[in-house]
Amino acid sequence: MALGAYIGVSAALFALGLICIISRRNILYVLFGIEMILNAASINFAAFNRFNGGGLEGRVFVVFIIILAAAESAIALAIVLNVYHLMKTVKPSEADFLRE
Amino acid sequence: MNSNQLFYGALGLAGAGAMGAGMVAAGGPGLAFGFCAYLTLGGAAVCIWEQSIVRSAFSLMGTFLGVAGLFVLLGSDFLAMAQILIYVGGILALLLFGVMLSPPDNNERSLARVGGTTVMIGAGVAFIVAQISGGVAGWLVADQLPEPNSQARAIGLAFLDPKQYVVAFELAAYLLTVALVAAVYIARRRRADFEPESEAQGGQS
Repeated sequence: MALGAYIGVSAALFALGLICIISRRNILYVLFGIEMILNAASINFAAFNRFNGGGLEGRVFVVFIIILAAAESAIALAIVLNVYHLMKTVKPSEADFLRE
Repeated sequence: MNSNQLFYGALGLAGAGAMGAGMVAAGGPGLAFGFCAYLTLGGAAVCIWEQSIVRSAFSLMGTFLGVAGLFVLLGSDFLAMAQILIYVGGILALLLFGVMLSPPDNNERSLARVGGTTVMIGAGVAFIVAQISGGVAGWLVADQLPEPNSQARAIGLAFLDPKQYVVAFELAAYLLTVALVAAVYIARRRRADFEPESEAQGGQS
């Protein structure tokens, strides 16, 4: 398949992640959308790497993206747990104060 | 026809269309690409569409597996392995753990999606059966497969080479350690959580 097909899939996945972040009213869906967007970036890196000679640079980037996604989701879920514990809500629009 | 049936029916037709277009364009690899792209985008679409957050989280598994398939098609076997190990095995389990913390939703729709799901699965299965029975052009037979050249060794050597990525590799290791310790620290239960409400109000804050 040509490079354009992979970029099209990546762009569509990015758009779906953005829709997921914007449209759903639950903070966990924001995390789902962020994972989709990171995966879209990974597809782009792997595709450009493949169609640009097949070295290692893009693949190393993808490995780091996966590492960062793991760290990000661990921290984000700890924060979500605390937000739900403090404010009894997981809706981003209702969690609107910094401290009581 | 309610909206759910329309959604899943359209999704099934889109999947058959994606695989068919890929196969017409590039034969067997195109069919595989169409399937992986359909898995990726279909999983994301179901994740957005579904009311139940558990179904959304599990449909995200389709997205992660589809991206792993795209990595395989791009010749990056190590990335596909890491994607399945870390995303499907680790991050998805973390997200499901987070789902357990969210309050229950009462938007469960159990029988409404049967028709649409039937259309989706039926279209996919019929398409695949038709392709296999018709003979898929362009599949490589075992003798013609290219030699497997895994990049795992090359990536590992590049990570530990002082001229390449060793600094970034060590920084990533520190980042993961700090992030996981911090996650445990943030998510721990305070001492006040274990005490009765009256004591917590009267005593320390």
